[in-house]
Amino acid sequence: MSGEKKRDFHVVNHSVPRRDGRAKVTGKASYVSDVKLTGMAYAKVLRSPYAHAKIVSIDTSRAAARPGVYCVITGNDLEGLNPYYGHAVKDHPLLAIGKVRYAGEPVAAAVAIDERTAFEALEFIDAKYEELKPVLTCEDAMAKDAPLLHERKFEAGALRGFEGEVTAGKGTNICQEHHIKWGDVEAAFKKAADVVEGEYYFPMTYAYAMEAYVAIADVNDNGVTVYSSAQHPFMVRHDLKSVFNLPVSQVRLIVPFVGGGYGSKSYTKIEPLAAACSWKARRPVKLQLTIEEAMLTTRSDDARTWMRTAVDADGKIIARQAKIHMNTGAYAENSPLVVEKSTNRCVGPYAIPNVQIDNYSYYTNTVPASSYRGFGCAQVTLPGESQIDELAKKIGKDAYEFRLANAAKPGEEFFPKMRPFDGTLTEDLDIAAKAIGWKAPIAKGHGRSIACSTSDAGAYPLTSTAVRVHADGSVTVMTGSTELGQGSHTVIPQIAAEELGVPFENVYVVSSDTAITPYDRSTGASRTTTLMGSAVFDACREAIQQMVVMAADVLKVKVEQIQVIRGGVRCGEAQLNWSEVISKFYALPDGEVIGRAYIRKSGRFSQIPVFWETVSTAVEVAVDEETGKIDVEKLVTVGDVGLAINPALAEGQDIGAATMGLGTGLFEELVYQGPQLMNGSILDYRLPRFSDLAKEVHLHLVQNQDGVGPYGAKGGGEGSLNSMAANIANAVERAVGVRIRHAPLTPERVWRALKRKDEG
Amino acid sequence: MKLQFNLNGRAIETEYEHCETLAEVLRERLNLTGTKLSCEVQVCGACTVLVDGLPVSACTLLAYEARDKKVVTIEGLAKPDGTLHPIQQAFIDEFAFQCGFCTPGMILAAKALLDENPKPTREEIVHYMDGNICRCTGYVSIVRAIQKVSGTLKE
Repeated sequence: MSGEKKRDFHVVNHSVPRRDGRAKVTGKASYVSDVKLTGMAYAKVLRSPYAHAKIVSIDTSRAAARPGVYCVITGNDLEGLNPYYGHAVKDHPLLAIGKVRYAGEPVAAAVAIDERTAFEALEFIDAKYEELKPVLTCEDAMAKDAPLLHERKFEAGALRGFEGEVTAGKGTNICQEHHIKWGDVEAAFKKAADVVEGEYYFPMTYAYAMEAYVAIADVNDNGVTVYSSAQHPFMVRHDLKSVFNLPVSQVRLIVPFVGGGYGSKSYTKIEPLAAACSWKARRPVKLQLTIEEAMLTTRSDDARTWMRTAVDADGKIIARQAKIHMNTGAYAENSPLVVEKSTNRCVGPYAIPNVQIDNYSYYTNTVPASSYRGFGCAQVTLPGESQIDELAKKIGKDAYEFRLANAAKPGEEFFPKMRPFDGTLTEDLDIAAKAIGWKAPIAKGHGRSIACSTSDAGAYPLTSTAVRVHADGSVTVMTGSTELGQGSHTVIPQIAAEELGVPFENVYVVSSDTAITPYDRSTGASRTTTLMGSAVFDACREAIQQMVVMAADVLKVKVEQIQVIRGGVRCGEAQLNWSEVISKFYALPDGEVIGRAYIRKSGRFSQIPVFWETVSTAVEVAVDEETGKIDVEKLVTVGDVGLAINPALAEGQDIGAATMGLGTGLFEELVYQGPQLMNGSILDYRLPRFSDLAKEVHLHLVQNQDGVGPYGAKGGGEGSLNSMAANIANAVERAVGVRIRHAPLTPERVWRALKRKDEG
Repeated sequence: MKLQFNLNGRAIETEYEHCETLAEVLRERLNLTGTKLSCEVQVCGACTVLVDGLPVSACTLLAYEARDKKVVTIEGLAKPDGTLHPIQQAFIDEFAFQCGFCTPGMILAAKALLDENPKPTREEIVHYMDGNICRCTGYVSIVRAIQKVSGTLKE
């Protein structure tokens, strides 16, 4: 019922202030790095200097003997544990065992009375390596004589998040491959009126959450408790249960406020290592990484994409074909899913009758890649949306009108066997065009671009919640969704307050403690508002049903005679609010009612994706032809969100994601030189700053209540990132006439392209 | 070793070691964890505190350098009765944070700006705040919050 249209909202669809506001502006918000446990020790990690090497020996005796050091743990000390973890592929040892697979891989950890003592002890660990030939690029990995990174056969993870097969561990360096195909691509390209073809590169990037990875583990006879900055505590619980061979009930993940995630804190990171340190040291252990170490922990997959797109004589896109190679790094992490998603997202929000996408990701001796805001969409939207512009130009059409003519229509099954399109792309594009001033005269050296993307978002629908209505009428929502800054602690109580008819201030949220909060698969893929929002909506309705029965009992009438009104019930003249129903039922001013809801891949959520995350964006850039520097003059986002539960928060997600996208379009890029990451620190990795902000910003939300979530809501938060690099490339082409297919468009790349153009 | 300074309006004395930074003394010895550590190389601004009114990166300032000085941290900004400082309130009103990890440093940098220049232009705000990184908001709402509290926000 939650898809019903409803417009007289009391709490939802209002920009109520953030629930965590006061805590966050006063410095009282507690993050894992702020937590201290009694008797807590501190761990520091020794990392491999080599990209690919055998570990010949590790002597820890001198380090372990130092004053203040409790223990040193290596891959040789893991007897009794199942040290390989991974939700998709169990390929990742919590410490290197016998071999290191990337420069920066954890080899040993020292546990001591304080961080400094632990850090100093690392100097006294004597590790000897025998170097092996490193595999650094996809080309290296697929070479005939390439050394195999992983010799073992893997167990597939139980929670890989997709229905296809895992292709890792089959005797090659391929980590995952994925293929989609419909229509007859070859025939379509043969009869096409025009075709564009090109090769594009989207770089490795680092999410740069301000809070680096941190975990505090306490392993004792009662099980494993870990405080972590994890986005998906239940997924981490599953990995720890496997590492320690414990029942789920004895593994507890607690996630307080998280200092930024953007996908980089999804799935298991340093929790198994922190827990192993605690297991060996027999006391709680805190493992706080530095930003430099965090950059050696996870990055995004880069992608080299060959793509061609064809159009018929009427300007209809008739075919798209792509072959993608992604560099996944040393361990699979969530890259198998990134591969699947980037394959699907090559298609874009267009109805294309002939499609073939082949995608391969390779293990290499580099930092493991995993999820990053947008899940592979940005990687393939650079080619996808570049080619829309290239094709429009080739056939002499306006790029905006070319998009309109090919846009997927509401309700259209533009992607075979998936949920029909649930957005209004032509309306979105129209808003973007007006806001950017598409047809207005433009200054010399300036260029505009409009681009769009749609993502099969929402991940897997498995979510549960409990809504506790107390005898004083206040409410506690138990949610496994993590507050990463996106605003789940505000949106969730808004929905509960709306449904129960109680003031927003009276709804409290308890979140992300696997011992307390019901199961929620993950906080990512923009899924929380749609899935947890629906669960909270349903649980409130279920609590109301229970309270109707209670009211009938209290009033000694039949259930059918009870009428639900906002915040309570009525029966004839008698009117009771929830507090009165509960207090009278228990004959005490105390007690509670617990409403529950379980969401699974069924009913309105039986179709994948949960929703299409559709966003249009536009930019106007100014290019300095002397230096190649790009300034963003104007930025527009149009989020097709169905209904914004909290419009200010939804807009905040859009501008935040767009800014990350601008980072990758303009300057963000992890650079490897040989086996070493060359810019693995904030001194060298360029992030967007205040001065990079567009001079003029327009944020729009399209709210047609066409989503499957509560009140027709859909998710947001990733979409405006995806098309940004393509926007920059397209706008630069219009500004100065050079087509750049390699992100980021650094001043040097632009300058070189201009120079090549001048040289003809 | 003993260190004396004025912290959020109170004279205090604490044990410390030579090698400790102001951030370590605040977070580990005084349990004032509102001062956040991120890059730890004086680039991101997350650990910004005010020392004698000027914004300083607590991650790289030796605690010794704060001796006998006036240090203001995020915990010292609201009034004792809990009333928020106008900048804190503006950050809430304008949704000028998401994860909140950069927020203490961001608010203290904004305070230093407005103490020095109560009616900054947009360009002055951007220039002054350029040393504070926020990865969530895209900065738009932070600029608005500072404009709002300085009375320069054009609706």
